[in-house]
Amino acid sequence: MKKRVIAWILGTAMAASVVLTGCGGSSENSSAGLELLNVSYDPTREFYAKYNEMFLEHWKGEGGEDVTITQSHGGSGSQARSVIEGNEADVVTLALAHDVTAIEEAGLIDSGWLDEFDRDSSPYTSTIVFLVRKGNEKNIQDWDDLVKDGVEVITPNPKSSGGACWNFLAAWAYQQEQDGDNEEATKAFMKKLYENVLVLDSGARGATNTFVENGQGDVLIAWENEAYLSMEEYPDDYEIVTPSVSILAQPSVAVVDSNAKEHGSEEAAKAYLEYLYSDEAQRLAGENYYRPSSEEILQEFSDQFNLDMNLVTIDDFGGWDEAYQTFFDDGAVFDEIYSE
Amino acid sequence: MDAQIVKVKNKKGVRVIPGFGLSLGVTLAMLGCLVLIPLVSIFLSAAQLSFGDFIEVVTSRQVVSGYMVSLSCAFLAALVNAAFGTVLAWVLVRYDFPGKRLMDGLIELPFALPTAVAGISLTYLYSDQGWIGSLFDKIGIKIAYTRIGITIAMVFVGIPFVVRAVQPVLEKLDRQYEEAAMMLGASKLYTFFRVILPELFPALLAGFGLAFARGIGEYGSVVFIAGNIPYKTQIAPLLIMTKLEQYKYADATAIALVLLLLSFLLMFLINSIQIYMQKFSKA
Amino acid sequence: MSEKTKKAYETEETADGLHSIQKVIEPPHESSRPIIKYLLIGVCVLFLAVMLVIPLIVVAVNAFSDGWAAYQKAVMDEYTLKALWLTLLATVSAVVVNTIFGIFAAYLLSKFYFKGRQVLATLIDIPFSISPVIAGLVFILTFGNIGWMGDFLKAHDIKIVFAVPGVILATIFVTFPFVFRELFPVMNAQGKDEEEAAALMGANGFTIFRRITFPHIKWALLYGVILCTARAMGEFGAVSVISGHLRGKTNTLPLHVEILYNEFNTTAAFAVSSLLVILAVLILIARNIVEWKKK
Repeated sequence: MKKRVIAWILGTAMAASVVLTGCGGSSENSSAGLELLNVSYDPTREFYAKYNEMFLEHWKGEGGEDVTITQSHGGSGSQARSVIEGNEADVVTLALAHDVTAIEEAGLIDSGWLDEFDRDSSPYTSTIVFLVRKGNEKNIQDWDDLVKDGVEVITPNPKSSGGACWNFLAAWAYQQEQDGDNEEATKAFMKKLYENVLVLDSGARGATNTFVENGQGDVLIAWENEAYLSMEEYPDDYEIVTPSVSILAQPSVAVVDSNAKEHGSEEAAKAYLEYLYSDEAQRLAGENYYRPSSEEILQEFSDQFNLDMNLVTIDDFGGWDEAYQTFFDDGAVFDEIYSE
Repeated sequence: MDAQIVKVKNKKGVRVIPGFGLSLGVTLAMLGCLVLIPLVSIFLSAAQLSFGDFIEVVTSRQVVSGYMVSLSCAFLAALVNAAFGTVLAWVLVRYDFPGKRLMDGLIELPFALPTAVAGISLTYLYSDQGWIGSLFDKIGIKIAYTRIGITIAMVFVGIPFVVRAVQPVLEKLDRQYEEAAMMLGASKLYTFFRVILPELFPALLAGFGLAFARGIGEYGSVVFIAGNIPYKTQIAPLLIMTKLEQYKYADATAIALVLLLLSFLLMFLINSIQIYMQKFSKA
Repeated sequence: MSEKTKKAYETEETADGLHSIQKVIEPPHESSRPIIKYLLIGVCVLFLAVMLVIPLIVVAVNAFSDGWAAYQKAVMDEYTLKALWLTLLATVSAVVVNTIFGIFAAYLLSKFYFKGRQVLATLIDIPFSISPVIAGLVFILTFGNIGWMGDFLKAHDIKIVFAVPGVILATIFVTFPFVFRELFPVMNAQGKDEEEAAALMGANGFTIFRRITFPHIKWALLYGVILCTARAMGEFGAVSVISGHLRGKTNTLPLHVEILYNEFNTTAAFAVSSLLVILAVLILIARNIVEWKKK
């Protein structure tokens, strides 16, 4: 009797493990040739879908081996997290350096990645603008219009969204200029701004959907490229307003060294990111409403982008580590704003 | 745990029905591998915090308000489901009408519809631009992006629990008592509350508990319809996600652990009441 | 329930307790006044309409808002089909595993009394009450890079999280108690007298289960399987944490819906959702047919 019981248990356990490992095995065998996994954030979907084709053509022309590129998109923070937790990305193309640094701290990216590619490893940049409904009924022109009574603002939560960090810092930079160095006054302004926030989505795409699909709020604080994309989808419904002060948002790219080494894809991964700086790719970035980092090509898009905006950079805040600690860490400025 | 049960078995001597060892073995093995061992990871991860830090994380104002939002909305949603679920079960068991089968079949749909889809379509409906939301907007009630919206999403995901818990009991319910009560002249309402409801109570409670617990943990549909504003419409599972986005695993698991214990307590309470009432009714 | 009674029969409110004998002879339970009956039905219809049917109509309306061709394109898309395949794989795995578990666990808890029974029943229910977010997180913390089994798995080149096995595990986890929950009350209500009698007469365990227990529970079992299938197909939260969103590899249908929605491709998102609704409806129709045959 007892023996049979044990046999039964063993049998069940084995059946279960066969099911599980069987699946594991099959998923691994399917990889023929080299695979490149690009873990990116939400607004880059359209750009990378086209860029991957462009790169493959270029890569084949150079005589490189067969490569298939897989894309993954989501909020920048959660994408970085998935890489830390074991999503085997060969390259990451994320919204801000802070997220890449987190992967570096987990030991997956070698230090010094910021200088591995040109211009702080950000091949394209963007900035923060306002998207308003056609006609701009509330007459929103600049940041100080957002704190007026009755203006409903949509922006994501900086604690969970990289894009929202840029939004916050752009507003802060504007008001700091107005207040001089009076930090309390700037905080009061930010508090008012966030009191007007109707929905605090967890990611930039979620915020755009809330504004566009569900018709909430009067103004969306958004990535420039995201705003243009909404304009492209619904040309008659929205307008873009560029504030007097904004921030130069620098999305970062990096090779995930330890994964690439393991996959033997280092060379391809490096070439993949380097090719982003080529003229064709820069132009493609411009066509997808990212600001090309090459000055020359940026000028080609001068009627598309407002090049006269006063753009601060993250360095004005002392770099990402300092900015994050000052503003977004637990108990920091953002929590203070919401504490009362 | 294993050893303890074996000891009990030996004390009681031989069981008449065969298969105790086998079913105990399979149950524990599968439960252990698929549920308990992974769950241990939460404790391990939360244990990275010192006790003081743990308390600080789970009692911070934002987290406490997150628990409160989740608990209060889930409680309300479970109440709504208990009321409508009982009526639904009653109608499905006691009445015949055209479209009954359809109605019966619809009950499970909230399970099959991905919570994200539910969230998206509920938001679409109940926002002040939506079909239903715009009606309420006229009388000054905002549904989406408020706690009412959160409650509605939780009602949606919890619909099947109460109906399906009460329905079988109602079907099996011996109508003798009911008939006797009616014969003795009790009114319909009196009969329902004094004769039928007590019989249904354990099942109703179980359904209520499941709907409640499901609501507390619900994330996918709620994030779309909640405004996610701290202290107002931020639910506890969203706080867990936010902590994760900040790479604070230990903090996230600490919040998760408290949520888990709350649900466990709730389920334990309900199971105990059920088993107690069963003994009571058999005695 | 099956016996049909005369609808014509009606009771007056009997505060004075004066029922005529003739009325008592007829079964009084279908006696509710039509007003109450239709009121209650009306309440149900309204509730289901507002909470359930209209949201489904939203899905349908949006799915077809760009016409049939666009719908077809979204549904027949390569990634949609791959996601459909993964969803089916995960669902079947979850149903098989949870059915085996459900039968054993329900048998154990209903036919035997032992200490810790209550605790065990509650432990089984945990996946019900746990937030799907936590469910996904749990597997990351166990099998992921940062998990305590991470190094071991890496050394043996086994991938669980951000791969198909992780998706399957998460699906099994969230639907774990479904079959058990359906079987347990039925087995419990049936008691154990019949099994005891059979055992005393010398029947072995398997025979007892097959000949005595199983006939009692087959409808509940079927019902549990249907519920489990429905829930497994629709699971979003847990799978979303663990899948890594790798298009064409670890995306299930619900995740694919989210991705399409985030791509501003609302029509396609709702088209794919409608696929899930159709699958669910098919399952429920199957259940109705079986139920009908049972009678």
